[in-house]
Amino acid sequence: MSSFKDIFDKFDWNDVLSDILQKNEQDVQQALYASKRTIEDFKALISPAAKPYLEQMAQLSYQLTKKRFGNTIQMYAPMYLSNECQNICTYCGFSMTNKIPRRTLTDEEILEEVAYLKSKGYDHILLVTGEANRTVGVSYINNAIQLIQSKFANITIEVQPLDQPDYELLIESGLYAVLVYQETYHKEEYKKHHPKGRKSNFDYRLETPDRLGRAGIHKIGLGALFGLEDWRADSFFTALHLRYLQKTYWKTKYSISFPRLRPHSGGLEPKVEMTDSDLVQLICAFRLLDEDVELSMSTRESEVFRENIVNLGITSISAESKTNPGGYAVEPQSLEQFEISDERSTEEVVTMLRSKGLEVVWKDWAHNWQ
Amino acid sequence: MDTLKIADKEFSSRLFTGTGKFSSSDLMRKSLLASESELITVALKRVDVEDDNDNILRHLDHPRINLLPNTSGVRDAKEAVFAAQLAREALETNWIKLEIHPDPKYLLPDPIETLKAAEELVKLGFVVMPYIHADPVLCKRLEEVGTQCVMPLGAPIGSNKGLKTFDFLEIIIDQSNVPVIVDAGIGSPSHAAFAMEIGADAVLVNTAIAVSQEPIAMAEAFRMAVKAGRLAYNAKLAPVKKHAEASSPLTSFLNE
Repeated sequence: MSSFKDIFDKFDWNDVLSDILQKNEQDVQQALYASKRTIEDFKALISPAAKPYLEQMAQLSYQLTKKRFGNTIQMYAPMYLSNECQNICTYCGFSMTNKIPRRTLTDEEILEEVAYLKSKGYDHILLVTGEANRTVGVSYINNAIQLIQSKFANITIEVQPLDQPDYELLIESGLYAVLVYQETYHKEEYKKHHPKGRKSNFDYRLETPDRLGRAGIHKIGLGALFGLEDWRADSFFTALHLRYLQKTYWKTKYSISFPRLRPHSGGLEPKVEMTDSDLVQLICAFRLLDEDVELSMSTRESEVFRENIVNLGITSISAESKTNPGGYAVEPQSLEQFEISDERSTEEVVTMLRSKGLEVVWKDWAHNWQ
Repeated sequence: MDTLKIADKEFSSRLFTGTGKFSSSDLMRKSLLASESELITVALKRVDVEDDNDNILRHLDHPRINLLPNTSGVRDAKEAVFAAQLAREALETNWIKLEIHPDPKYLLPDPIETLKAAEELVKLGFVVMPYIHADPVLCKRLEEVGTQCVMPLGAPIGSNKGLKTFDFLEIIIDQSNVPVIVDAGIGSPSHAAFAMEIGADAVLVNTAIAVSQEPIAMAEAFRMAVKAGRLAYNAKLAPVKKHAEASSPLTSFLNE
């Protein structure tokens, strides 16, 4: 069966990177003035040569986002179900070798967390787990979805990659979207950061969006974890992945996230730094490449950064996120996957968004006609 | 009075509007009231029909406003029929704006599923308003299965590009026995006026009002443009002359 791997294998990381670094002012201008932008234009827009055009890119990104998404921003909340994990990931607080108390929420505890999030107004939820197939496998996730299905308009998961029939089962239970970040598209570096556990299989992860597309999922979220490798090359491969998926699974919606490495217990220093200016450039470049793709921003980023980025292309954000299972109501003091940066309450974030002329959208889906 | 009749309802305004993309519900209400629109579409997926205090629905409560639920988000006929029934039950209206766009990127309507769903919904007693491509044959097919109007697009939704499908809209308007409402792509009052001048029965505008710097003023501008275009259509436009008339006519020899 054909998959993104067929395309991916034709590219060489170093060639891609040097190509991006060689883009010049003329390439950037060409990209800025094109009415439909190509992946080559995207390379120019994320290149160092585009830096002097950042304000122009931001203006364009602002206009395109307004046109498609209007004066609105969607809100979602992540909910960690478990921190059990059999993977070793050098950058993650839940990594198997980290000596932290492990917890997997029971049904009662899930409902306690849900009650808290509902009281804050959330209708779109993101369920997160580590990878522990025996205790937090497909049946656990399926049970969690069925348990909360009537309470949320929209359920997304960010869990271990699964097989197509598993996704079909979860969709049947009310699953709307799956986030699966490649972390890095640099195959050798990927191996270094994921030395043990199922996650060490680069190709299986790379082909996950294909399995999701075949299963008929409504939305797939892509992204790379910035800090592991060069952000420009990783973003090129993310864009390439996006383009391939849009053409192949054309009934599915896509979103892109932009996680930057955050401090956590057992921390890893970023190998390649991504500055605030780089991140703004990248967000605008994605919007210029694709007017319709959803761009998401978590509480990993600071208050100031988030306040300014919501008008530059971002279409959905979270607030007061907890990255520990039970963090909202059950056991607020337990250890987090990573430290969040913007710690403001949901109410404060909503007030901030309104002051920026943005209407908060809590509900943009209904699964009861499926 | 020059009213528009669709099914059992008469409309004095030929400007239909939508509820998306406004920066607040309050501004949405004020803009829609300024537009004097009497038929306003709302996406089922955006409202909580079980909540009596739903933020959008609450702001649309007005004697002049008729709600037109739409099925945005569904991917095929089966889901559309289900959504329509849900809307009928919850919002107590048998009117439905049928939107089936399986492609979430350009939101282009699926003609095959739309025709299938329209046929079934008409049988179930719905007043069906289908959002479709400017495809003249599809319009006739929809008319045949009993839709009460057709809603061909002027340009990709949200694009504000105007009547890119002009040649096909002209054919549709020429052939149709049901009202033709130009939906999607209308980006400025002049586009709306133009659609009315060529004989569209109404237009539906959302993005151009909601995303404007001053939505209330823009709603008023659209109200006036639609009215002007309709008046012009009724008054019959003077013919457009491509060339000046020749001073020595070619057929004058016939009179000699």
